[in-house]
Amino acid sequence: MTHNQETETAAMNMSSSQFVQDQLNASEPRSNEMKTRVIAKDVNVFYGAKQALFDVSVNVPDKAVIAFIGPSGCGKSTFLRCLNRMNDTIEGCRVEGEIRLDGQDVYDPKIDVVELRARVGMVFQKPNPFPKSIFENVAYGPKIHGLASNKTELEEIVVTSLKKAGLFEEVKDRLREPGTGLSGGQQQRLCIARAIAVSPEVILMDEPCSALDPIATAKIEELIDELRANFTIAIVTHSMQQAARVSQRTAFFHLGVLVEEGPTEQIFTAPSDKRTQDYVTGRFG
Amino acid sequence: MNSLTIAALLLVFLGLAYQQGWSLSRRLATPQGSLHSRPVYHGSLVAIWTLAPALLVLALWALFGSTASRAFIIANLPAEIVDQGGPALQSAIQRVRQIASGFGVAGDAQPYEAAAGQALRQFQVITSATVLAAITAFAAVSLYFARRRVAPELRARNEVERLVSYLLLACSAVAVLTTLGIVLSLVFEAARFFTFVSPVDFFFGTVWNPRFSTTGSGSGEYGLLPLLWGTVMVAAIAMFVALPIGLMTAIYLSQYARPRVRNVVKPVIEILAGIPTIVYGFFALVTVGPFLASAGAAVGIDIRATSALTAGIVMGIMIIPFISSLSDDILRQVPRAMIDGSIGLGATRSETIKRVVLPAALPGIVGAFLLAVSRAIGETMIVVLAAGNSPFLRANPGEPISTVTVTIVNQLTGDQDFASPQSLVAFALGLTLFVMTLFLNMAALYIVRRFREQYE
Amino acid sequence: MNDLFSTKPDVPQESEARLDRIRAGLSRRHAREKRFRLYGVLAIAAALAFVAILFTMILSKGLPAFQQATLSLPVTFSEELIDVDPQPVREAGQSAADFQAASLRWQRDVTLINWNRVLENAVRQIAPDVEIETRDLQSIIDNGERFKLRDAFVADPSILGRTIQMDVLASANVDNWLKGNIDRDLPDAQQQLSADARALADRLYEEGHIRMAFAWHIFTNVDSRSAPASAGLAGAFMGSLYMMLVVIVLAVPIGVASAIYLEEFAPKNRLTDLIEVNINNLAAVPSIVFGLLGAAVFINYFRLPLSAPIVGGLVLTLMTLPTIIIATRSALRAVPPSLRQAALGLGASKTQTVFHHVLPVTYPGILTATIIGVAQALGETAPLLLIGMNAFVAAVPGSPFEQSTALPVQIFLWQGNENRNFFEARTSAAIIVLLGLMISLNAIAIFLRSRLERRR
Repeated sequence: MTHNQETETAAMNMSSSQFVQDQLNASEPRSNEMKTRVIAKDVNVFYGAKQALFDVSVNVPDKAVIAFIGPSGCGKSTFLRCLNRMNDTIEGCRVEGEIRLDGQDVYDPKIDVVELRARVGMVFQKPNPFPKSIFENVAYGPKIHGLASNKTELEEIVVTSLKKAGLFEEVKDRLREPGTGLSGGQQQRLCIARAIAVSPEVILMDEPCSALDPIATAKIEELIDELRANFTIAIVTHSMQQAARVSQRTAFFHLGVLVEEGPTEQIFTAPSDKRTQDYVTGRFG
Repeated sequence: MNSLTIAALLLVFLGLAYQQGWSLSRRLATPQGSLHSRPVYHGSLVAIWTLAPALLVLALWALFGSTASRAFIIANLPAEIVDQGGPALQSAIQRVRQIASGFGVAGDAQPYEAAAGQALRQFQVITSATVLAAITAFAAVSLYFARRRVAPELRARNEVERLVSYLLLACSAVAVLTTLGIVLSLVFEAARFFTFVSPVDFFFGTVWNPRFSTTGSGSGEYGLLPLLWGTVMVAAIAMFVALPIGLMTAIYLSQYARPRVRNVVKPVIEILAGIPTIVYGFFALVTVGPFLASAGAAVGIDIRATSALTAGIVMGIMIIPFISSLSDDILRQVPRAMIDGSIGLGATRSETIKRVVLPAALPGIVGAFLLAVSRAIGETMIVVLAAGNSPFLRANPGEPISTVTVTIVNQLTGDQDFASPQSLVAFALGLTLFVMTLFLNMAALYIVRRFREQYE
Repeated sequence: MNDLFSTKPDVPQESEARLDRIRAGLSRRHAREKRFRLYGVLAIAAALAFVAILFTMILSKGLPAFQQATLSLPVTFSEELIDVDPQPVREAGQSAADFQAASLRWQRDVTLINWNRVLENAVRQIAPDVEIETRDLQSIIDNGERFKLRDAFVADPSILGRTIQMDVLASANVDNWLKGNIDRDLPDAQQQLSADARALADRLYEEGHIRMAFAWHIFTNVDSRSAPASAGLAGAFMGSLYMMLVVIVLAVPIGVASAIYLEEFAPKNRLTDLIEVNINNLAAVPSIVFGLLGAAVFINYFRLPLSAPIVGGLVLTLMTLPTIIIATRSALRAVPPSLRQAALGLGASKTQTVFHHVLPVTYPGILTATIIGVAQALGETAPLLLIGMNAFVAAVPGSPFEQSTALPVQIFLWQGNENRNFFEARTSAAIIVLLGLMISLNAIAIFLRSRLERRR
């Protein structure tokens, strides 16, 4: 039995009260059956004088998908971007609190962001392939990080990554053509392949399907489900259905506050907070 | 004739016509319901139609009036004076005019002068009266007809607006006419030059020696290549200075600098772009040239104070803001998402810039580069002052050279006859310069436009 | 297969190896990043340094020129030396021409008076014990200052026989000598002034008869070749002013009108595409080509006067037109379409929308466009050389049709003066005036712009 199936079954079998218990205990590092990859504790984020996140604490489980949902401007993307310090690139952005990746403080001044981002990859809202060939797009990460010692190794990484991203069959004959020539869905899968090529431990996805049509979206969702075998995935999504389809755990953000976090089924079927309930039943958002 | 009188007359008609159109249309409005256009437009329309013919008469008078009066004076002068022609005739005409104006002449006037002056005076009185009468008559008649057209259903606004849009179109045509004028005058005068010197000798000649003398049959040698070489060398040195500094400045300002730093540094660097080129020329001559010469002497290289190097370096300084602001604009158009994608993969800033931003912006930067080259080869004053004006094929940038633009200035500011090959060659050089810059500009504008469309 | 319980909660081995590889490259990559950033900082530092050096050079050379060695002399208008008829008065019945001739004759007589002797006497009066030859003594006073005495006498003939304390300029050589621009240890043969003259200058300076006074004449005098110390910018300034007037009167309305047409009215077809491409290209045509156009069309074909500001103004108008059009168009483009739709939706016609609603919003933009264009025209030199504006003109032009020069051309003329030592400073002073004008233009623009924008 794989780890994924097990967690899923476990989740299904658990009663809602147990989930509440779970939730209450989440802040403590827990037993080894629920491995945690990233621990965030009391995270506050400020843009200049404006506070965007208030005391957010979440655990991101290993080899699973966690979805961050909430209305626009609720801080879910901001939180996601804290995990690999993408917020560093925004002028005037300040992060307080503690975020640990495998026990290491991500915001420790001794941490090298380059290394951190090689470990925590990211896929963005709009497909953003580089103006290079498909091959070069995927080879970009391995090249800058020096992951391949020769050409064959590099080719191997590119092919494996494209295969993992389910794109290889579609593009194998045109690896030298520009990545910008692909369709939107293909471009997004190319970006996922590009992220995978560095073999990160965690992949952050910021509304990866918001710019895609339903068929392309379905493909990406399928891909996310497959990737969960090897990667820890945190996904921000607008669509509650998507969160329900791909994630094992869901966190609901509202006005910069983490309202509720728990197994996906529980959030959608028996939320403990009134706000979560209003949101998932479509009363606002 | 007093121009003030005419102006006053026209103003009176303007006011009268406007008032007539305005009040007439208002009167029509009350009984029969609504007007198509507001009275303002009726007034304007009547005024326009009233003044247009009068202005036409005035324009004709301005164009041909002085020629007519000159012809009249000549007709009244004795034949022997007319036959003398030249300055004698000119001064005779001047004296007659002075007599007619009542200013008088120093000494006694000749009888024929007095007679001619008298006749001219009558002629002037008659013509001014005629012109005044013509203006008045035309204005009055057209006012009458324009007034008759005023009716509630007259689409006065549409007519006025159409006339306005014709006027606007005429204004945009000025730019086209300018280009046409440039092309025609360059081609026409260059063709005249090529009747003296064969195009082959001009375009492929390696010796430039136009011999500043119009006497004798030998008209000198007009080889373009030494000048072209000088132009290329100075432009190359300029780009060698401007491109790295300008591009790195743009990269730093667009990718690294905080907004506050950017807001201070960018305008300060752009000051360089606002400084007149003559100032750069002086700077080259007085500061940079001597500095390079002594620096060269210190390390044992012979560099002349006025040389290709001096002109090129200073021209490079002039072009820095040109490259930096164009590149800055272009670099800022590279989508943020693309940069984030690279940073998100763990690339450093510089890796992102070198591997993603610059390749993405490359077409735009090439466009900026071409525009800068075009500007460098067309630049005149820096090279006039600092390049040393020595039209020989030389490879050493420490030696003086000459360029196409310098030679244009030299050939046209001498005391040469305009119809001599020595002067006309300037137009052949100008044509060469124009064609070169035109190609560079077209290419650059095309590339930049394509680049913009890509990210819009 | 990933077994949940068998793997450690830490990173798997394969991943560890990968991280080691990444870490191995980190220090090199960060060093490269730092180096790249440093290049950016260096480029900006270089560009800023050029601005700083340029301004330091010009200010340090130019500012001293505004202080000039001036002699304060008790000038005696003695009857003995000033021996002329009384100033002619127009008699009844005398023609204007005759009176003019008489006046000219009198003025010539006045000019022929030995004013130098009057000045010499004045100097000998304050330094009675000095033994110095007349020629050496006169070499300390600027050659043009005798006309100051003449003008004082013409303005008020009653000063005859009186002694008046007057300020006259010391010669350029004395100015150089006292300011230390000339090496005091040079042997006599290489000095511009004789030993006696130098000693006299030093003595007068010590005694306070020569002092450094603000050189107002730089602003009030015209250029002079024989009297370099009194050469001023008044003529060039007026010439530039006339040209700017022509540019403002022609280029601004035509440019704004074409921009309005192209941006708001023009149908999108090949013709307007052509006009558009044409304007963009015209903006990048080297300025000297416009000079060739002026020489061929205005001077050679239409026979307009050489060296006249009207011709310079026309050439500069054509040159700045594309700049103004492009800048105005971008201002128009920045007006949100919603404003136009709102006006059109209320039933305003296209013309009304543009002139009543869109245009007022773009006034600050048009103002900026105007200033950019005028500043560009103000600093331009090369095309003016080709239409003869580099001629030496020793009078302030009274109209745009009279011979004149322009500020940048004056700079060009002065930098080529043989009296290097003196004219380097004088040229820098002219540059300061030109840059000062340009900076004030821009300051006015910024001020007006903020006023206009606040009103909205």
